[in-house]
Amino acid sequence: MLEPFFRWCEATAIGQAVAQSVWAFPILEAVHLIGLCMLGGALLVVDLRLLGVGLTSQPVARLARYARPWLIGSLVVMVTTGVPLFLSEAIRAYYNTSFWVKMCTLPVALGYTFLVRERVARREPADPHDPGSVTDRVVGAVSLALWFTVAAAGRWIGFS
Amino acid sequence: MIERFLGWLGETPWSVALLESLYAWPLVESTHVLALGLFVGTTAMMDLRLVGIAFRKVPITAFTGRLLPWTRIGFAIMTVTGLLLFYSQPLRYYHNVFFRVKVVVLILAGINAAVFHVGAHRKALEWDHDTRPPRGARIAGAVSLSAWAVVVITGRLIAYNWFDCDIQPQPAWVNWLAGCAAVLEGTE
Repeated sequence: MLEPFFRWCEATAIGQAVAQSVWAFPILEAVHLIGLCMLGGALLVVDLRLLGVGLTSQPVARLARYARPWLIGSLVVMVTTGVPLFLSEAIRAYYNTSFWVKMCTLPVALGYTFLVRERVARREPADPHDPGSVTDRVVGAVSLALWFTVAAAGRWIGFS
Repeated sequence: MIERFLGWLGETPWSVALLESLYAWPLVESTHVLALGLFVGTTAMMDLRLVGIAFRKVPITAFTGRLLPWTRIGFAIMTVTGLLLFYSQPLRYYHNVFFRVKVVVLILAGINAAVFHVGAHRKALEWDHDTRPPRGARIAGAVSLSAWAVVVITGRLIAYNWFDCDIQPQPAWVNWLAGCAAVLEGTE
């Protein structure tokens, strides 16, 4: 049902331009990876703290506040490089299981990060150096699991 | 001599098995890529603090004391998986322009980190809470951010064979940079 849409995607000017260029795809991929590094860092600083390790001397809310612009910035980089990468091989992506795993997990991870984790992380606890409640730990672990799935499935698109 | 050794290394049974494996190689490569998030990610967050543009109220020693162990775990994973990937095709990587640039910048990043730790970081307690760290620390952070960006980009580009020795003609400087002379003499 969606296949015509994917065909249209690949036929777009951007899709064709990237597919026909020798350098565009590799450069976009490389920048996509830079985005992955920044995203990993911005997520981990907060998730590790939620798990009760890492920057434990700092309140979660402070770390989350500082990490937020880098989290959003890295997601912008990921999307602006990821979309043209996808457009250049949309039909291949359509028949790629890893692509669908990634694209089904991604909205869940995004919604979870900005609706659930954000709220938990921004709560000001009575004791700012609280090592982390069970809720905190679960919230951090789920975040790591979701983003790990997105990243691993993303890398596997190229192998499957 | 290096080439002869790497040629021998690439023909060892485990190297061949790894390169030709259906899942082992992709799994090692995926681990290498995902560990970037841990290693370069946490490094970048500390560098941003050193430069003075993020986490401005978080003390430097919190990063170097409590986050650095996680950075080290990331580095260990990167090193083990990276060496395995090199072992799977030593001669090809040895003559890959991007690989060579990556290794040089990797060494520079290492020297930069070492200089920071024996230099500015020694007196870290004096400027631990400064939102704008001293010059040496800011430079170390900026150099680290740039160096790791180059390492990631060139690392990704190793996969492309545009400048490989068996693809000729290439400009003389490419052949020089890739160390193709011995290869070309051998084939002619």
